[in-house]
Amino acid sequence: MAQVKTEAPRELDVARLKKDFPLLAREVHGHPITYLDSAASAQRPVQVLDAMREYDETTHANVHRGVYSIAEEATRRFEAARQNVGAFIGAAEPTREVVFTKNATEALNLVAHSWGRANLQAGDSIVLTEMEHHANIVPWHILAAERGLTIRWIPVDDEGRLTLDHLEQLLEGSKLLGITCMSNVLGTLNPVADIAAAAHHAGAVVVADGAQSVPHLPTDVSSLGVDFLAFSAHKMLGPTGIGVLWGREDLLAGMGPFLGGGEMILDVRKDGFTPNDIPWRFEAGTPPITEAIGLSAAVDYLRSVGMEAVRSHEVSLTTYALTTLADRFGDDIRIFGPADPIDRGGVISFSYRDIHPHDVSQVLDEYGVCVRAGHHCAKPLMRRIGVNATARASLALYNDRADVETLADALAQAGAFFG
Amino acid sequence: MSGIEDLYREIILDHYRSPRNRGELDSPPARRVEGFNPLCGDEVVVTLDVQEGVVSDIKIAGTGCSISQSSASLMSAAVKGKPVPEVRDLIRTFKGMMSIHESTLPSGNGDSGEPDAQVEVLEPEAVDVDSLGELAALQGVVKFPVRIKCATLSWNTLAQGLDETESVA
Repeated sequence: MAQVKTEAPRELDVARLKKDFPLLAREVHGHPITYLDSAASAQRPVQVLDAMREYDETTHANVHRGVYSIAEEATRRFEAARQNVGAFIGAAEPTREVVFTKNATEALNLVAHSWGRANLQAGDSIVLTEMEHHANIVPWHILAAERGLTIRWIPVDDEGRLTLDHLEQLLEGSKLLGITCMSNVLGTLNPVADIAAAAHHAGAVVVADGAQSVPHLPTDVSSLGVDFLAFSAHKMLGPTGIGVLWGREDLLAGMGPFLGGGEMILDVRKDGFTPNDIPWRFEAGTPPITEAIGLSAAVDYLRSVGMEAVRSHEVSLTTYALTTLADRFGDDIRIFGPADPIDRGGVISFSYRDIHPHDVSQVLDEYGVCVRAGHHCAKPLMRRIGVNATARASLALYNDRADVETLADALAQAGAFFG
Repeated sequence: MSGIEDLYREIILDHYRSPRNRGELDSPPARRVEGFNPLCGDEVVVTLDVQEGVVSDIKIAGTGCSISQSSASLMSAAVKGKPVPEVRDLIRTFKGMMSIHESTLPSGNGDSGEPDAQVEVLEPEAVDVDSLGELAALQGVVKFPVRIKCATLSWNTLAQGLDETESVA
C-alpha cells in the first residue's frame, strides 16, 4: 500500500497550513490545542467551510428536481462534486461509480445489503481480517446470521500485520473479502493489491475500507484492484454527514436498491416500482448536498497540498513520534503496530505504564492534548493484542514536531500525576 | 491542574494504587456479578456474601480506570459488615450524588453491558454528601460527565447482586 515515490515530494509548510484551520487556533484549559485525533475526525480548513457557506448563500435548492435556475445550478454542482471525488481516487467512471452515503459505515452496509443479498446464500463463506473496524464486521455478522454464512478470519501477528501464510486456503471457495487498507488502531498498511489479486483468483469480490487510507495516501482504485472502496468525508478535512462508496460499474449495475424512497426510482406504480440508474439507485431521499460541496472542496485542498507530500510528511512525523516516545519513555511505553513507519500510517496506539488509557487521555486534556482512548470500534483486534483499551494519537497534515513534543511532555505529566 | 485535581482526589489515587478487598470470594456460596462499561472496556466483578441480612464479605475483581477501580474499592470498604438495608441506602445516596448527569448520558457506544438493576436514586439536592465519608471524594467526578459511568459501574453491579441474593432468599 505504501505508494511513496522515490523522488522527494516538496516539504509541507505546516505553520502555514495550520492557519487554514480555524479550530487549531483555540485553547483548551489555557493551553493551545494539540489535536491528535484526526483518525476519529479531522478538522476542516476555512476553504471547506467557505465553500459550504458560499453554496448555501448563493445556490441551494434540491437537486435533480426543479427546472428553475438555482435548482439546475445546485444539481450541476452536486454532480460536479461526484466527478471531483471520483477523479481523486482514480475512478474510471466517476459519474456512475461514486455513490454518496452518510459515511463509510453506511457505504459498507450498502454493500452488505445490496450486493450481499443478491449474491450470498446459505453455506457461503466470506473472509474478513481480524483488524477490521466494527463497520466492516457487524454488517457481515447481520447478513451471516440471516443467510447462514460462514465468516473466516485472516489473523493478525504480534507486530500487527496480517498473517498471509494460509491466505489461499482461507480464500478458497469464498465469495467476498472485506479488508481495511489501513488499521484505525495500529496504523498498519495492508498489501491490499496483492491480497485482492489472490481474492479475485479465488473468485471473491473485494470490499475495502478506505476510511483511514484515503485521507492520508495517494489512492488509485485501479491499482488497488478492489471492487468496492468505502470512505468518509469527515476524516479527510470534509464535513460530517457524507461518505462515499466507490464500486465497479458492472457490480453496481447488478445490485438492487438499498433504501427506498424518492430519487432512487424511475417509476412507481401501485403494483411496484422501477429502480433508477446507478449511482442514484442507492441514494434515496434528498442527499447531503451542502456536504458534497464541502467534500469536493476538501478534495481540492488535499490535491493542492498533494497526497504524495501529505504521505511523505506523515511518514516523517510518524518516525519522529515513534522515536521521541521510545526515547522519552523507554520500557514505560508500549507502542502497538508495525515498527517501520513505511509500513504504517500516522496512527499511534500505545499503553503507558499501567495507567488506564482513559486516565492518560484525561490528564493529556488538561494540557490541551486531544487523543482518543478506548477500543476504537475494533474489539476483535483489541482481544488479539490482549488489551481492553489503548490511547491513540493520530497525525494529519496539520500536525508538526511541536505537537509530538507537547504530547510527550503531557504524557510525562500524566506519569508524574499517577506516581 | 485545578480542574483535574477535583477528579483525582488523593483518596481516589490511594484506593486506585492500593485497592481494598481485592479478589474474588468462592462462588457459590458467594454471589458473583459482572458489570461492564463498553465506553472504556472496564469490567468489574463483585462477589458478595450475605449472611443473616448483613453483607458479611465482599471482594472486587476486574480491570478499569482509576475512577472505576477506586470507586469499587471505596464501595467495598464502605459496605462490608453493613446490614443490607443500610447498603441500599448508601447506594441510593451515592447514586444521588452522581445522578446530576447520569440519566442524560449516552451509555458508551450504545451497546451498554451495564447491569440494568433499577436503583431508586435520591434527588441530588436531597443527598447529604457529608454522610458519605470518604466516598464524598468522588463528588468531583460529576464535573466530568463522561466519567460518571466509571464511578457508578461497581455500585450498579452491587445493586444487581443484592437483588439476585434477595430473589433467591
